[in-house]
Amino acid sequence: MASVVESKKACSVNPLKMSQPLGASLAFLGLDACMPVMHGSQGCTSFGLVLLVRHFKEAIPLQTTAMNEVTSILGGYDNIEAALLNIRKRAAPKIIAICSTGLTETKGDDVDGYIVTVRKRKPELADTEIVYVSTPDYVGGFEDGYAHAVTAIVRTLVKPLPLKADQVTLLPGSHLSPADIDELREIVEAFGLTAIVLPDISGSLDGHIPPDWRGTTLGGTALEQIRAAGASAFTLGVGEQTREAALALQEIAGTPLEVFERLTGLECNDRLLQRLAHISGRPVPAKYRRQRSQLLDAMLDGHFYTGGTKVAIAAEPDLLLAVGCLLHDMGAELRCCVSTTKSAAHALLPAEQVILGDLEDLEKGATDCDVLITHSHGRQAAERLGKPLLRIGFPVFDRIGNAHRCQVGYRGTMALIFEIANTMMEQIGHHHATDWPLTPEALRAATHGATAGAPVSPGPITPSLAEASA
Amino acid sequence: MSVSLKAKIAEVFEEPGCDINQGKSEKERKKGCTKQLNPGAAAGGCAFDGAKIALQPIADVAHLVHGPIACEGNSWDNRHSASSHSQIYRTGFTTDINELDVIYGGEKRLFKSIREIIEKYDPPAVFVYQTCVTALVGDDIEAVCQRATEKFGKPIIPVNAPGFAGPKNLGNKLGAEALLDYVIGTREPEFTTPYDINIIGEYNLVGELWQVKPLLDALGIRILSCISGDGRYNEVATAHRAKVNMMVCSKSMINIATKMEQRWGIPYFEGSFYGIGDMSDTLRQIAKLLVQTGAPSDLLDRTERLIEVEEARAWKRIAHYKQRLAGKRVLLITGGVKSWSVVAALQEGGMEIVGTSVKKSTKEDKEKIKEIMGEGADAHMIDDMTPREMYAMLRDARADIMLSGGRSQFVALKARMPWLDINQERHHPYGGYEGMVELVQEIDRAIFNPVWQQVRIPAPWGDDGETLEAALSPVHAQLTGVAAKAMGLEPEEIPG
Repeated sequence: MASVVESKKACSVNPLKMSQPLGASLAFLGLDACMPVMHGSQGCTSFGLVLLVRHFKEAIPLQTTAMNEVTSILGGYDNIEAALLNIRKRAAPKIIAICSTGLTETKGDDVDGYIVTVRKRKPELADTEIVYVSTPDYVGGFEDGYAHAVTAIVRTLVKPLPLKADQVTLLPGSHLSPADIDELREIVEAFGLTAIVLPDISGSLDGHIPPDWRGTTLGGTALEQIRAAGASAFTLGVGEQTREAALALQEIAGTPLEVFERLTGLECNDRLLQRLAHISGRPVPAKYRRQRSQLLDAMLDGHFYTGGTKVAIAAEPDLLLAVGCLLHDMGAELRCCVSTTKSAAHALLPAEQVILGDLEDLEKGATDCDVLITHSHGRQAAERLGKPLLRIGFPVFDRIGNAHRCQVGYRGTMALIFEIANTMMEQIGHHHATDWPLTPEALRAATHGATAGAPVSPGPITPSLAEASA
Repeated sequence: MSVSLKAKIAEVFEEPGCDINQGKSEKERKKGCTKQLNPGAAAGGCAFDGAKIALQPIADVAHLVHGPIACEGNSWDNRHSASSHSQIYRTGFTTDINELDVIYGGEKRLFKSIREIIEKYDPPAVFVYQTCVTALVGDDIEAVCQRATEKFGKPIIPVNAPGFAGPKNLGNKLGAEALLDYVIGTREPEFTTPYDINIIGEYNLVGELWQVKPLLDALGIRILSCISGDGRYNEVATAHRAKVNMMVCSKSMINIATKMEQRWGIPYFEGSFYGIGDMSDTLRQIAKLLVQTGAPSDLLDRTERLIEVEEARAWKRIAHYKQRLAGKRVLLITGGVKSWSVVAALQEGGMEIVGTSVKKSTKEDKEKIKEIMGEGADAHMIDDMTPREMYAMLRDARADIMLSGGRSQFVALKARMPWLDINQERHHPYGGYEGMVELVQEIDRAIFNPVWQQVRIPAPWGDDGETLEAALSPVHAQLTGVAAKAMGLEPEEIPG
């Protein structure tokens, strides 16, 4: 419903957007025993790494081809080859996943071609899978990079296999946390189905203590699982961004698909359970019937605080849709919506318009709003406006526990409603005697033609009354 | 790379204040001193990152990054450099170039961006940072900045340090060059005193400068400009009128100090605010140089008296922890000045340094370490330790705590060992006398947190989830834990 407006500014102020290679790296971090690599200058990796560490509070394996100005101009084949050999020797990953950057795309490095050459020249790399995705920094944003990376994983590693009727592939969007993925896996498994989650950051970025130090990712979708996705009976995607990979799976293995535009909310989760019941031929487990009823109650309790609330929200397209729609379902008004990149999701957003812009646009649009909802970079704007900030998405670097925040399924939706409602509850002000002055017109009307003279004294208060009131 | 940038890098490498560089042959010197990075095994920021770190603490300036979204979008608002005045330095400005800008060039967008910033925010100056992509497509930021300076009547300063020029350290110097070329010496201060100094290379992280400033204030020494922590554009522009330059943080901006000496004859010295002895030496040096350049000599006596009072107070406060911290083994993974300047304080707290990294340290830094640690210092200097080795060292309890930067924290935490952040992302200031006491306090707080006993309790079942000694184990572990704590034993020392 919302129309998309692109910001007319030349200068982006307080960016909301992050780059494609960073989104691609997050996708690759959801693969087990993987080493993601940015093909670019060392700074590209360094910035991404610091941001991921600050959000997840986990060690992040992320490497660089360390391009300098000479290799940038002459082409980065030697750097790619050296990086692949070095990484294999030092960390021995099963998968090395490369994404390009603005620097190498500007020069026009043919990385697909490089990989063919390196495979011929260096047979010792035969035991290592290599995935490559093109993600120039100056096109799209975080979510696009993630989407293309998941598609690249599918296209590189999935082959058609004999059908397994009780296996489904789950494609989580980049806006889902490890806890979200765990919740969805539990739901799928409750129907007697097994889920191949691709990519699965719940295994790698959920914050656990491994028995030993490893240079690569500490869990996630294993290589065998990715390959086994060719046998799945169905593909479930969460967020429009997963459609590209879901269609690739359909093309490769003929897997039917459904992309859920969101799984934060009531009706969308009803559809998910219906779909799972249909695939498995089993009834909806009692647990979820109970959770649904709890969610209804939470919506009833929560709507007092969300109804009529004016919201300024800025997020990547699918997250904007998920949280924005829930707020709309609960009676809030999406007064100012800002996003990063084009998406089919924007058409579904119950708002007048979506600005593809930055946090300056949000700050400007938020002046008459009650709450700001965006990532941690919104903290300066919220402080300046003196309004509450609800942190969502990536990065959230000034709160801990991000990996364990669940906002999907009936339970996750309920948790988010509580969070929003509690934020609003804290803002309920106390009224004062002078809050409702009459208009000058009303005052004039009331005093017009009144008899002039001193006010009439009410006379002495009787002692008994004075005592009673004291 | 443009000719001017190439010349600039060569110039930066031609550093008269660097002994190593001066010891090289002409041919070696031409090669520069940047180590070639190893693809697939490299870490650390790029030149752009370095330039931004060095200049962003100038707080009333708008810092505009000309490049694709990665350079600013992935990195803004990520340091705790504090300001006592303007907050505009924390605002992220970027041209966020798109595909068309890559094809047709981004100069127009850059010019418009500068105009928007001036119209909306009106800062005293705008710093424009070059990045890889815009450098590669040939955007001439110097020309755009010159045009914008004329058009808007405000200094618009080009900072030409694209990421691919080299590592962070080179970026620090290229950022400094921008100040030398366009800022320092362009304004005159309202007045001068014989007590005016510049502090160069201090970024006021978490307000550390403010742990030192009261000492200078008390002595009547004026910080004419701090480059760049809590900086003001107009103050930096008047820096050439200082009597003395102090250079902090090893060599990151040494070119400012040496060139200011050449151009304006301002003597400089290298000092540190980290560590009690170093803080005192720094105060002495400042006083000495100020007196040499004409300040009244009573400054020397006043400085000594202040040092006496402050040192006595600091040592007394640290001694309080001595008993608790005696014999605790510290693994120090950092670089440059910090690799030796905190060693003395840790030793005063009774701690033993089992290793200090010297990967990023200069030859002088290493000499200092030897001086402080005495015999056997070599054995404790770690040149390049992989995370796996650090992890093993901690897990085998060959160290009780690791002090390092944020990126390697998980090496310690995953080994269930205490860790303390001593690099730029930290939340505690460790400058001056106050700061060293705070550091020892924080180490104490980290090591003696009972959480370490908790997280080392083994699960009462095996990896397969089958219960082993299910009934006994947890109770046993807890009891021995309590007993061990009472006896002051480490969990590893508990008899099984």
